[in-house]
Amino acid sequence: MNPFTYKRATDEADAVREVANGKNAKFLGGGTNLVDLMKMGVETPDELVDINRLALKRIEQTPQGLRIGALASNSEVANHRLVREQFPVLSEAILAGASPQLRNMATVGGNLLQRTRCYYFMDTSFPCNKRVPGSGCSAIPGFNRIHAILGASDKCIAVHPSDMCVALAALDAIVRVAGPAGARQIPLVDFHRLPGDTPQIETNLRPDELIVAVDLPNSPFARRSRYLKIRDRAQYAFALVSVAAALDVQQGRINAARLALGGVAHKPWRALDAEKVLTGARADAQTFRAAAEAALKGAQPQQHNAFKVELARRAIVRLLTEVAHETKGGAA
Amino acid sequence: MSAKQNQRPASKQGSGVVGQPLNRVDGRLKVTGGARFAAEFPHDQMAYAVLIGSTIANGRIKGFDTSAAKRVPGVLAIITHENAPKLRPVATNPAEGDAAGRRVPLQSPVIYYHGQYIAVVVAETLEQTQQAAALVRVSYDEQPPAADMERERGKAYPPKGKVAGKPADTMRGNTDTGLAAANVRVDEIYRTPTEHHNPMEPHATIAVWDGDKLTIYDATQYTYGVRHAMATTFGVPEENVRCICKFTGGAFGCKGTVWSHVSLAAAAARVARRPVKLVTTRQQMFSNMGHRAETEQHVVLGATRAGKLTAIVHEGLSHTSTFDEYVEPFSKATHMLYACDNFKASQRLVALNVGTPTYMRAPGETSGMFALESALDELAYKLNLDPIQLRLVNYADTDPDTKLPWSTKLLKECYRTGAEHFGWARRKPAPRSMRDGRYLLGLGMATAVYPVNHFPSSARVRIQSDGSAIVESSTHDLGTGTYTVLTQIACETLGLPPERVEVIIGDTNLPKAMVSGGSSTVMSVGSSVQGAARAALAKLVETARADTRSPLYGASADQIVASDGRLALKSNDARGETYRDTLARAGMKEVEGSYDTEFNDKEKKFSSHAFGAQFAEVRVDPDFGEVRVTRFTGVFDIGRVMNMKTGQSQMKGGIIMGIGMALMEETVLDTNSGRLVNRDLAEYHVPVHADVPQLDVVLLENFDEHASPIGAKGAGEIGIVGAAAAVANAVYHATGVRVRELPITLDKLLGKGALA
Ligand SMILES: Cc1cc2nc3c(=O)[nH]c(=O)nc-3n(C[C@H](O)[C@H](O)[C@H](O)COP(=O)(O)OP(=O)(O)OC[C@H]3O[C@@H](n4cnc5c(N)ncnc54)[C@H](O)[C@@H]3O)c2cc1C
Ligand code: SF4
Repeated sequence: MNPFTYKRATDEADAVREVANGKNAKFLGGGTNLVDLMKMGVETPDELVDINRLALKRIEQTPQGLRIGALASNSEVANHRLVREQFPVLSEAILAGASPQLRNMATVGGNLLQRTRCYYFMDTSFPCNKRVPGSGCSAIPGFNRIHAILGASDKCIAVHPSDMCVALAALDAIVRVAGPAGARQIPLVDFHRLPGDTPQIETNLRPDELIVAVDLPNSPFARRSRYLKIRDRAQYAFALVSVAAALDVQQGRINAARLALGGVAHKPWRALDAEKVLTGARADAQTFRAAAEAALKGAQPQQHNAFKVELARRAIVRLLTEVAHETKGGAA
Repeated sequence: MSAKQNQRPASKQGSGVVGQPLNRVDGRLKVTGGARFAAEFPHDQMAYAVLIGSTIANGRIKGFDTSAAKRVPGVLAIITHENAPKLRPVATNPAEGDAAGRRVPLQSPVIYYHGQYIAVVVAETLEQTQQAAALVRVSYDEQPPAADMERERGKAYPPKGKVAGKPADTMRGNTDTGLAAANVRVDEIYRTPTEHHNPMEPHATIAVWDGDKLTIYDATQYTYGVRHAMATTFGVPEENVRCICKFTGGAFGCKGTVWSHVSLAAAAARVARRPVKLVTTRQQMFSNMGHRAETEQHVVLGATRAGKLTAIVHEGLSHTSTFDEYVEPFSKATHMLYACDNFKASQRLVALNVGTPTYMRAPGETSGMFALESALDELAYKLNLDPIQLRLVNYADTDPDTKLPWSTKLLKECYRTGAEHFGWARRKPAPRSMRDGRYLLGLGMATAVYPVNHFPSSARVRIQSDGSAIVESSTHDLGTGTYTVLTQIACETLGLPPERVEVIIGDTNLPKAMVSGGSSTVMSVGSSVQGAARAALAKLVETARADTRSPLYGASADQIVASDGRLALKSNDARGETYRDTLARAGMKEVEGSYDTEFNDKEKKFSSHAFGAQFAEVRVDPDFGEVRVTRFTGVFDIGRVMNMKTGQSQMKGGIIMGIGMALMEETVLDTNSGRLVNRDLAEYHVPVHADVPQLDVVLLENFDEHASPIGAKGAGEIGIVGAAAAVANAVYHATGVRVRELPITLDKLLGKGALA
């Protein structure tokens, strides 16, 4: 590990200033991802700015919805009464991830910015365009069972590993950030980027911007939202494929739908095409299958992950069927 | 022989503590942090060593640039092949086929595998050492690696050594005739991937030189082996080396041989002239401490319509390293498990640019029985026979390989009891015929077998003047319960309660014990402890009998029994005295007994094996192919059960490892570069609690006097044998899809398109 200095930020402005002054500094949240990557030599900051003392832990009701502080732990969010009542998909998604010990440490901000689990990214002896732009992608000719089937490029086929973010994508969440140039808001679906030619740039957050909160807008049907995660063991494994879904069904018809996929792309994948198929259609098996088809249209599997395409389709159908059943108004 | 006939009284004399589910005597130490593992012995002036691994899998080192690393404050030494002290090679164990990497580290620039140690950095603190290690620059001349068994199969070769003591090609009877006579055949290929042991405790060594005397604290299964290896490597007399290992945090075989980090720690300590602590990383453990080799197994079974086997062929490939020969002996158990006149085994090796494979829990049986027991299941379906029935039709009443009678074999009872416990009768024979709501339900079974291995070993028992006793042998507790079981064995003979017996192990200053491998420890060391306890007690009895002031004066030795810390007349308990009285009056501090257990394996009159029957129930999601084990029953004949709790725990651990093997464990090599891609516990999956259902383990009562003087047959490994096959067979029963390539991940089921 490289030597680094450690600073404890006293307030938001202090934290932002420290990272903005060009010292190759990084914010330290729970450290469950950043510190691991530092040990592996993947991240080499010269300074860690510990933000854990900042007053960003609150989870509160606002007129528009819920506001979750960036330093609320994954456990606190998942187990919070308001979250469980109003946005169950978020609670389910977080609880499907990592382990209790990790969730106790992990923060909302850190979870948004956790980096891919691509094996080749995490081992500095491999070429990797994300780690060393232009060095090549070892996963494309390599072992790519866990990699992307949607939205990848010939530069990078990594997936974003977060469960939480898939739920946030389905919930139209807004990320609130503070930077040297002031505060701004970034819709979650625009927060992460596809790899394109610059897989090293993973989000639209600037390096010196601090995530301060995530807003969840009120939505009546989010109360019946659900998360489904498919993985290689019963717990404590990243998603092969996951689905977050919410439906507003009235008299057997779908008024509105939200659908997002995890484990399939470089970002939490909001399936807008599928939502179009769903909206206005009857809540039945045929519709759900059509939605699944739409969501996976254009999927481009790699040598070892073709199974993900069919798996994702089936997961979508399963979850939509279940959500429709549980929704007032029921399935047609 | 029935279980009844084999039963022995739990204890002829003493407290009857053997067999009891005694809690671990070291449990409190462990949960309070008082148990000291190899890396936890403090030393003044301790320096830290970090190993650097090769980032290529094949080629040569062109050179090092250590200039930046040397500038890190606190750096004491950077040792590479360019400046390493001369280290002598060690003859490895076993003689036939190596299992420890015979190659001496840091003696040449040649790279054989990814992660191979190429340098040792020593510094004052761990952080400085890690920083300096990160700054060492290495240039290589890289060659394409042999990293894919499939791609290299054309270069397969016959092993030079033997395969589990047998020639690599063996034939009994004639399998061609046997197959010609068969009405039904199974002819399939089964594959098992590379797996890693992954004990919780990483390999760790502290080396302390005092002149040419070396003390080495090592996480090991074999203290005397470490001593021998270090003496050879550094050219010092064996007496100059002392190896200490009080607790081993799991091993499963990877700490059974002496890997090169041990000599590198000692070399670093010598160069730096300081005590040196070296703890390997999880990543290094994936490259340098062996693994279970990948196998490709071709099994052909021929059978009559009644299910009688007319031929068994078990042949195939496993990999080894390019510089050592280790054969994963997957055909081992097939020699003896089923009665069949015509049997052929043949194994070939493929050399890859990987570290040398080694023993991993039930080496050979674990991978081999997955194939054989899957094939038997396939045969049962073809014959429309119940899988247990098929096994009973081919039940071997004597060992078909050696023709010797079994010492004891309660396998029929294992099947019967297992079937009962598990509710096998409720199984509907047809695949896909059982459901649990949305899920497909499947029930499968397999046989387990593991041979009795024992090694010569010694122990000393000292009865103290305060009436307590000390038991000593340089054996090991890998978390298996050695401390506890040896306590019980001593208690039984000495007639003392467990709290009056202290067991001291893991130190080459103590009587010699061999490697704690092959499920041998309790049989070997336990027998020595029993012998030593008897010898010590006999001396105590002599002392009492010879003392005119003793109430036992003049009594004949066979009239005296020991219990509750007293010697007394068998016929009259009131006439006796405590050990303390005997010793105090005689003015003795202690009486000591020693015992060396020898096993005459040359003139064996019996074939000795532990047996078992494994039953798994799985639930498969018909849409996704996700498999979860929902119930598991394992019934075992391990000879005499020394401790019901630790014995059952061994079986449970084995079954859990078998579930992992069946469903998730797999080490993946990047076939382009030869680098390991999933070398940590986030990406190499082992079962978590949620993957493990309630495990129902039954240990049958038995006493196998031919297996070992204490009646035990060995418990450490048999629990994993057959467990993966039971799961795989259950998956077939649930889905109608036969997966012959482990692990059974959902893509292999989904890919078949046979699910809903
Ligand atoms: C073994 C293992 C298994 C896991 N399994 C799962 C899983 O199944 N599903 C899943 O979703 N996740 C999983 N995780 C990942 C886990 O969710 C993340 O590690 C965690 O969410 C990161 O949060 P943190 O607070 O620890 O982040 P840190 O490690 O502290 O930070 C991560 C990054 O975010 C930056 N950062 C942190 N906070 C802020 C902020 N407020 N503003 C700006 N930048 C910030 C840091 O600078 C750093 O770059 C697993 C992790 C491990 C180690
Ligand atoms: S997929 Fe992306 S992260 Fe992985 S090796 Fe290729 S470029 Fe790197």
